[in-house]
Amino acid sequence: MKLSKTFDKALWVFHLNSGSCNGCDIEIVAAVTPRYDVERFGIKLVGSPRHADVLLFTGPVTRKMKNRVLRVYHQTPDPKVVMVIGNCGSTTGVFYDSYAIEGPIDTLLPEDAHIIYVNGCPVRPENIINGVKEAWLHLEELRGDNK
Amino acid sequence: MRNEGKDETTYEVPIGPIHPALKEPFLIKFKIDGERIVGAEAHPGMNHRGIEFMGMHRNPYKVIPLSERICGICSIVHQHMFVTAVEHAASIEPTNRARYIRVIMSELERIHSHVLWAGVAAHEIGFDTHLHFTWMIREKVMDLLEYITGNRVNYAMWTFGGVNRDIPKKMYPKIEATLKYYEELYGKLEEIFLGDPSIRLRTIGVGVLTKEEALNLCGVGPTVRASGVRKDVRIDQPYAAYGDLDIEYQLPSLYGYKDTGDVFSKTLVRLKELVQSIDIIRQCLDQIPNEDINSEPKMAATLNKLKKADGEGIGRIEAPRGEAFHYVRLKEGKEELDCWKVRASTYNNLATYAPMFMGEQIADIPIIAACIDPCIGCMDRAEIVDVNTGKRWEYEHEELQRLSVKKTEKLLGGLKR
Repeated sequence: MKLSKTFDKALWVFHLNSGSCNGCDIEIVAAVTPRYDVERFGIKLVGSPRHADVLLFTGPVTRKMKNRVLRVYHQTPDPKVVMVIGNCGSTTGVFYDSYAIEGPIDTLLPEDAHIIYVNGCPVRPENIINGVKEAWLHLEELRGDNK
Repeated sequence: MRNEGKDETTYEVPIGPIHPALKEPFLIKFKIDGERIVGAEAHPGMNHRGIEFMGMHRNPYKVIPLSERICGICSIVHQHMFVTAVEHAASIEPTNRARYIRVIMSELERIHSHVLWAGVAAHEIGFDTHLHFTWMIREKVMDLLEYITGNRVNYAMWTFGGVNRDIPKKMYPKIEATLKYYEELYGKLEEIFLGDPSIRLRTIGVGVLTKEEALNLCGVGPTVRASGVRKDVRIDQPYAAYGDLDIEYQLPSLYGYKDTGDVFSKTLVRLKELVQSIDIIRQCLDQIPNEDINSEPKMAATLNKLKKADGEGIGRIEAPRGEAFHYVRLKEGKEELDCWKVRASTYNNLATYAPMFMGEQIADIPIIAACIDPCIGCMDRAEIVDVNTGKRWEYEHEELQRLSVKKTEKLLGGLKR
């Protein structure tokens, strides 16, 4: 599929918490607010996965959230990139030996999902901005492949 | 109450569990009669990570970083409680300097948590300018926390018998500068949250919790202090260095307001606690003794002592959201914790939702849900099920927030006339 021209100007992100400790979630909001202000690049936090280009994913996927996470993933229109924010999202981190954890997320998503890992516990806002840039490049690459 | 088909006007509105912007997964089911809320039911568990189970399979030193990650906003609180509980169980005494450093860190966290809350509250009633303003000034205390500990969140500051890092004299000027910054800005915050006529219209008389209900439901922290309940662990059962410091219960009646227990008084209490925290940190910097920061610097020695210890201990702390505690039991010859129980303040405060929501409008859900400062809260997806036809509508969070904003505008319109 081909992405429209407007795509490389504005990137809309949807934040999905699957049982994280709130640290990364607060840092995501900190990245949106004036100190870091990613909105000046057109990156906007939206209220529905159906409006989003990128899923910001935090947390190690608790048992109760597993199906809801997958549902939100499938509700997001293609082409999409998943950004896994924080160590517990990418490896389940300190929660590795819990009975209530189903993650990490990359074992649950379809194999062709495009995933960008942003590490840190919690992730620093600078690193989130860097991750969004990576996602951006990835999406542009996707467009290049489909030309 | 989906099954009660006879009741023609009552709808069920589940809100949650996925919220796009600020909070953790959490589900509340509301029963709605027209625009009025007639029932509220909390369904937690989306964020259950089995922390206590994991803690019981690790040695106490490995549990400290885990306890920090119970919550990313109050990571200091959980560290503090866990370390205090283990020290209590194994009879380890922290040094006096460490006690003062613990107080300074706790109060810095209270500042960041209350400023954060003010922003969330402003966002929920439709003042995004204030959200951005408060989050901008919050960065200043985050900078200070990073300057002292090396990380913005999850500070790894606590250890058994003391703290990991000292606050040397050369750091004082920067701490003082930050405190001054907040003192100067406080007037503006007060003007916004207590003086602004539209915020007053949205908060006065909304989400009322009477003193009796607050006592019956065992609410904690600013949520019940706003109703006039004198409850603060820092004064009732002083821990760390709080016994040496001059602290007062922050009640609205102290400042010439009535202890009404509505959202306005909750805002007032939190703002006044900001000033109190600044004062406490100043007192600490004056009184802090010159000592070692850890009573037993060798980790192996402490670990050995913990292995031999046999007993139980509790840590009670006044978190920014209210009283919380950890219970720990150690068994002789066992390296792991024998038992670990965590009770966070939101757990108590959730019960206060029921009387606060009762009789309020759907548009008031966001601000009332935010007013207890829930550590798990979720306002994303509201679904309305018509009991008679089984037809469903969905409210996205944005829709809900739009309703809330619309109400503010409506009230403002009335104000102009």
